[in-house]
Amino acid sequence: MPWDRNQMAARAAQELEDGMYVNLGIGIPTLVANYVGDKDITLQSENGMLGMGPFPFEGEEDPDLINAGKQTITELARTAYFDSATSFAMIRGGKIAAAILGAMEVDEKGDLANWMIPGKLVKGMGGAMDLVAGVGRVIVVMDHTNKHGDSKVLKECTLPLTGKGVVDRIITNLGVLDVVEGGLKIVELADGVSEDEMRAATEATIVN
Amino acid sequence: MKKIYANAAEALDGVLTDGMLIAAGGFGLCGIPELLLEAIKDSGAQDLTFASNNAGVDDFGIGILLQTKQVKKMISSYVGENAEFMRQYLSGELELEFNPQGTLAERMRAGGAGIPGFYTKTGVGTVIAEGKEHKDFNGETYIMEEGIFADLAIVKAWKADDTGNLIFRKTARNFNVPAATCGKICIAEVEEIVPRGSLDPDAIHLPGIYVHRIIQGDHEKRIEQRTTRKKEDA
Repeated sequence: MPWDRNQMAARAAQELEDGMYVNLGIGIPTLVANYVGDKDITLQSENGMLGMGPFPFEGEEDPDLINAGKQTITELARTAYFDSATSFAMIRGGKIAAAILGAMEVDEKGDLANWMIPGKLVKGMGGAMDLVAGVGRVIVVMDHTNKHGDSKVLKECTLPLTGKGVVDRIITNLGVLDVVEGGLKIVELADGVSEDEMRAATEATIVN
Repeated sequence: MKKIYANAAEALDGVLTDGMLIAAGGFGLCGIPELLLEAIKDSGAQDLTFASNNAGVDDFGIGILLQTKQVKKMISSYVGENAEFMRQYLSGELELEFNPQGTLAERMRAGGAGIPGFYTKTGVGTVIAEGKEHKDFNGETYIMEEGIFADLAIVKAWKADDTGNLIFRKTARNFNVPAATCGKICIAEVEEIVPRGSLDPDAIHLPGIYVHRIIQGDHEKRIEQRTTRKKEDA
């Protein structure tokens, strides 16, 4: 059985180490926060907050306290607030250890596309380009194939890029791949997924 | 040095003109200068360019100026929540310049700090880099981005004293600080103007040197994505 959304998030949470400052993207990456366990992780929200807490209880929402997805959230004892220039200074300056992001396409050179489909409504890149260019490690979490069954792990991205050569590790419903010299290396297979299934669903060059 | 004005319309009087470049604070609908945007709508000022991370929603924030077609161009990182915006953009009525969010924030900060250009890795190898100067430093490629020097900055803060020292609240600080600094004139709308001496000088987020006019007013502070959890889940 391939991993479901929660299992992918749980696997991504294993990438995080005690003491890390981390930025989680929208979608499956947001679920990663549920699986950090006892590890001391500080979440950054790029609209200007370190130490992001869970959603508020009903009736306790504060319009001045939202995350980068514009959802109401809460603060923690460790929380610090700052302005957007400072927020992206710490991102661009390499102070954030890792970003866990969703993707539309990833390729074997570590190129990432996750902000725009030409001809469709263009919403904008938000902070994604800054994050992938600046943080220490970029981990992509996404389904291995799209809804038509086509591979999203490609030889070369076809969509406009968010960043070039920026992805370090790809976690999908089929397993874990690393971007290495010459292509992608299978690091781990999801329970019950065979290497043949992983290879068949991957357009990118697999080096092992 | 009288900085306090009676209301948003009076604060804009004499500084708002057609065709201006306006830097606006806020992220989504959080910390947006909602009173000043409403007054800009009422003024009828035309052909405005806004440097603002987002474009509001259809009936709140910059969205209200799109309804009245007072905006010529947006410089933003994300405009996803606004149907009228998309309609005008796709029909060619509205210009749009996408900036990565951190690049937009730094362009404002740089403009406010007298820095006309800077190099960043953000966007290298993407459409954002097209037509921009590339330069290598220590074996890595960067692109040059330009500082934003706005004609007017409009921001929202929590508290001000009468000298314009500002304090923001939680994540409503966001773009308000860099936007305020890059305006030739900055107008701040606040929830409360407090007497001089009642703000802790060590806790000022934006010194009054950047703030030229201040108004106090009631804010709707609309929530865009009300997300909660149930007590029993905790």
